[in-house]
Amino acid sequence: MTLDLMLQKYPASSEYLIEALRDYQTAKIDHCVTEMEIVKIAKYFNVTESKVCSVVSFYSFLSEKPKGKYVIRICRDVPCFVNKSESILKTLETRLGIKPGETTTDGLFSLEFTGCLGQCDHAPAIRINEKTYVDLTPDKVKAILSEYREEKS
Amino acid sequence: MMVNLKINNIDVTVPENTTILDAAKANNIAIPTLCYYPDLRINSDCRICSVEIVGKKGLSTSCSTLVTEGMQVKTHTPRVINARKTITELLLANHDADCTACAKNMNCELQKLANVLGIDENRFARVLEVRPIDDHNPSLIRNSNRCIKCGRCIDVCRNIQGVNVLEAMNRGHDILISPPFGKYLSDEFCTFCGQCSSVCPVGAIIEKDETATVWNALHDPQKHVIVQVAPAIRVSLGEELGQKPGTIVTGKLVAALKLLGFTKVFDTDFTADLTIIEEGSELIKRITTGGVLPMTTSCCPGWINFAETYYPEILDHISSCKSPQQMFGALAKTYYAQKENIDPASIFVVSIMPCTAKKYEAKRSEMGSTENNLDVDVVLTTREAGKMLRQMGVEFENLSEMEFDKPFGTTTGAAAIFGTTGGVMEAALRTVYEIVNKKPLAVLDFVEVRGMKGIKEASVDLGGKTVKVAVAHTLANAKIIAEQIKNHESPYAFIEVMCCPGGCIGGGGQPYGTISKTRTDRLASLYAVDVAMPLRKSHENPDINKLYSDFLGSPLAKLSHELLHTKYQPKRRH
Repeated sequence: MTLDLMLQKYPASSEYLIEALRDYQTAKIDHCVTEMEIVKIAKYFNVTESKVCSVVSFYSFLSEKPKGKYVIRICRDVPCFVNKSESILKTLETRLGIKPGETTTDGLFSLEFTGCLGQCDHAPAIRINEKTYVDLTPDKVKAILSEYREEKS
Repeated sequence: MMVNLKINNIDVTVPENTTILDAAKANNIAIPTLCYYPDLRINSDCRICSVEIVGKKGLSTSCSTLVTEGMQVKTHTPRVINARKTITELLLANHDADCTACAKNMNCELQKLANVLGIDENRFARVLEVRPIDDHNPSLIRNSNRCIKCGRCIDVCRNIQGVNVLEAMNRGHDILISPPFGKYLSDEFCTFCGQCSSVCPVGAIIEKDETATVWNALHDPQKHVIVQVAPAIRVSLGEELGQKPGTIVTGKLVAALKLLGFTKVFDTDFTADLTIIEEGSELIKRITTGGVLPMTTSCCPGWINFAETYYPEILDHISSCKSPQQMFGALAKTYYAQKENIDPASIFVVSIMPCTAKKYEAKRSEMGSTENNLDVDVVLTTREAGKMLRQMGVEFENLSEMEFDKPFGTTTGAAAIFGTTGGVMEAALRTVYEIVNKKPLAVLDFVEVRGMKGIKEASVDLGGKTVKVAVAHTLANAKIIAEQIKNHESPYAFIEVMCCPGGCIGGGGQPYGTISKTRTDRLASLYAVDVAMPLRKSHENPDINKLYSDFLGSPLAKLSHELLHTKYQPKRRH
C-alpha cells in the first residue's frame, strides 16, 4: 500500500499520528519510516517533522532505520531471565550470526531486545513481527527459525 | 483570595494560585531551580526545586505545586538537600563539565547550582557519550555534550516561535535534543533567532563567538575598523555590564568602543532613518500604483529566514529594503569610503546587534559587492560586545559620555524605537503620514502599536483613505500574519514583523536572563530615548537629506536600489 493511500484512511488530525505510523510501518517489508515518508506524514497531519521524529524515536516499535523482514524481539525482563532467556538469545545469535540491534545480510531477520511481552507465566518468550512464541527452548527456537527460512524459499 | 501556609515554620500569606516557588520567593527564600524559566511553560522536568510538604509522601516540585490553606512546606530539609545534590551530581556525570573551557563559565546555571548546593565532589563516574558539535552555520553552536535536557530551548522554539526545529528525540537515558533526522540547524529549518541560546541554562547553545576576529582586525594596521551600534544596544549593554535592566548607556557605549580601538563609532539609527525613507517610499509606491499589498517590513533577519523557509509564496510581500545593518554596511563601503578617501577593501565593518540572525544575514552572498567583500564583516551580539569590554578591563561606569561620529551619527527618535516591537511601524507612520497628507502630525505617538500584545492593529488616514496596519512579534504571531497573506485574507496594507518577543530588545543576542520584566524595562527606555531626541521623524534628519543630495539621488532611484535593496530566495526544503 502506498503511503498516500494509507494516510487517507485517517482523519488529518495529530491524534492519529501514532496509529498511522504503526500501521504503515507494519505493512512495510523493512519495518521503518524513512525521512521522505516522515516529511509526507508530517504534512498530512499538520505537525512538524521534528514532532514526528520525536514520536518515532520515542517508541521502540517505530524506527527510522530499515529492519529485516522478520523482526525478532527477545524479552530482557526478569521472569524470562530466570527461565533461561540467555540460552534463547545465544541460540538466536549463533543461528542468525547477528547481535541485538543488527540485521542479517540477506535482510531477512533483525534481532532486538524488548521489555516484558506479558507472557511471564510462559517464559521465556520472543516475538517475531506480530506473533508471540512462548515456553521456548533452544531447540524450539531452531525449529521456528527454520520455518521462517522455508517460508522465504 | 489569600492563602495562609507555613514555609519552614514561618507563617506566610500569599494570593491563591501562587506556586510554592513564588510564595517562598516573596518571603525571601530562593528555592533553587534549573529547568524553570519565568516566561516559559512549567515542565517540572529537573526536580531540583523539590520541597517537602508535611503529610505528603514524596517530594513535590515547588515550581508546579500551588499553595493550599494550612499547607506546611519545608524547603531545605536534609532529605530535600540530598535529593537536589543527587540530581545535580547525576546531571554532572552526564555533562561535559570542562567549565573553564566553556563560553558560559561564570554565567552557567548548572555551575551556580552546584555551587549553591555545595557540591565539591561527585559520587558518580562520568558516563558522557561524546556527540558531534553542530557549528555548521554562521550564528549558533549546539554542543549536545553540555545539554542537560531541561527542555527550555524546545519550549521557546516550539511554543514562542512556533518553529519547532528543536525537539526531544529518543527516550530515557538516550534523550537528545536535536533538529529532525539528526540534521544540522543549517539544513534549512532554523531561523537563527537565537532565542534558544538566550534561555539555555548551560553552554549547550551559544552564539558563534567572533570576538577574536574583531581583536585581530582592530590591531591590523592595514584595516580601517569602524563599528555600528543597533538601536536596542543602548538600553541593554549597560545591563550586560552589571547595570540595571533598561539603563540608557548611549554616550558611555560610544566612549567604550573608542577605548577598544574602533576608528569611528557610528549609529545604526542613522540607517534606520534611511530605512524609513526607502521603505516608506516603497509603501507609498505600492499603495498608489497597485503594487503587491500588504507589504511587510524587512529589518528582521529572523523573519526573512522564516518567510524564505516556511512561506516562500509570500516573498513578494516583503519590502525589498535591506535591513538597517546592511544599508549601513553598503554605505560604509561606498559613500563613506569616497567621502573619506579610503579604499573600500580596507574598511572593516563591525556591527553590534542584539541578534544572532544578524550574523547569518551579514554572510548572505548578496550582501556585498562580491562574495569575498561583504558589506558587514563581523556581527557581535550584545553579549560578545560586553565580553570584549570585560577582556579590555574597561571601567564602563566611569566613562565620560561621547557622541556618535559623523556622517552616520545624527539620528532621530523614530530610529531609536526600531529596537522595540511597534517601533518601525510608528517611525514609518510618522513619515508616511506627513509625506502623503502634506501636513504635520498633531501627535507623534502611535500608542496602538506600542506594548507587548502579540498582534497589534491600527488605522491611519492616508490621503483620505483609511489604511489598516498591524504589528506582530514572535514567529508564532508572524505565522498568523503569514497565513493570512498566503490565503489572501490579510486585512492590512502594511505589517511590521519582528521575530523575537518584544522585538530587538528581547533579541536572541541580548544579555542572559531576559524575561518579560527586563524586556519592558528596555522598551520603556527606548521610548524615553525617543522623547528626549530633538528630532523625532526620520524625514527631518538633515544628514539623511544630505546623503540623498550628495550621493544617492532620490529614494528608490538607481543607486538607492543598487545599494539599499535586496531580493529574497525561497529556501529549498528536501
